[in-house]
Amino acid sequence: MSLRSPLRRVLGSGSAKDGTSHWWAERLSSVALIPLTLWFLFSLLLLPSLEFSVIRTWMAVPMSGFLSVLLVVVLTYHAYLGTTVVVEDYVHEHGLKLLWMVSLRFLFVLCGGASIFSVLRIAFGG
Amino acid sequence: MPARPRPLSPHLEIYRWQIGNTLSILHRVTGIVLALGTLALAFWLVSLAGGEGTYRTAYRAFASPLGLVCLAGWSFAFFYHLLNGVRHLFWDVGWGFERRQRRLSGWFAVIGAVALTLAFWSLLWHGGRL
Repeated sequence: MSLRSPLRRVLGSGSAKDGTSHWWAERLSSVALIPLTLWFLFSLLLLPSLEFSVIRTWMAVPMSGFLSVLLVVVLTYHAYLGTTVVVEDYVHEHGLKLLWMVSLRFLFVLCGGASIFSVLRIAFGG
Repeated sequence: MPARPRPLSPHLEIYRWQIGNTLSILHRVTGIVLALGTLALAFWLVSLAGGEGTYRTAYRAFASPLGLVCLAGWSFAFFYHLLNGVRHLFWDVGWGFERRQRRLSGWFAVIGAVALTLAFWSLLWHGGRL
């Protein structure tokens, strides 16, 4: 009979292959998104219209631009974390899972990068 | 030790359909919907940075019948995911696990999401933005 801890047999056996950091990041980003998303939504609602010049003027205000960048960063990160869990749970074939995970990472980095760049371009008057 | 198949959790179909699992599934579905919405938000921001012409093209896409259906879906998904997400955060700190609390908070999330979605769209409507 072996007296070695059975721990080594379960470590890394979960579908995520790692510990609690992913879970924790998901919760923290969700908490940050409560004020950020509500701020964004109600700011747009309170604008006199959704015309081009109105929104551009609003987003060129430093605080709007700053919070918009924070919003898209945290939102994209949270969306990436969440969709990753979905793939881990339902895609079981290793190669296909890898393809999904890599695609999601590329997609959300692309999407987040484009969003940040767009807000900065408006904020700095490009 | 002989190799045995790893134990599986009970299959989904043996569960009785009830509010708990329905809302859990809905949380995940709305999460996926909102992830797609994040891509739409990126598209909107890029169009906004691109200038008046590209913004108008994006605006027209969002104001089309299909665009409005998507926006309506995203708004409900957002409010539901928000309220039910807060419910999950309360669970994470160990609060609200009793049967009655679970049911009440669940219905609160659903009814609250419907109410907020309607309020949001009526604000848009009355503001003359539609």
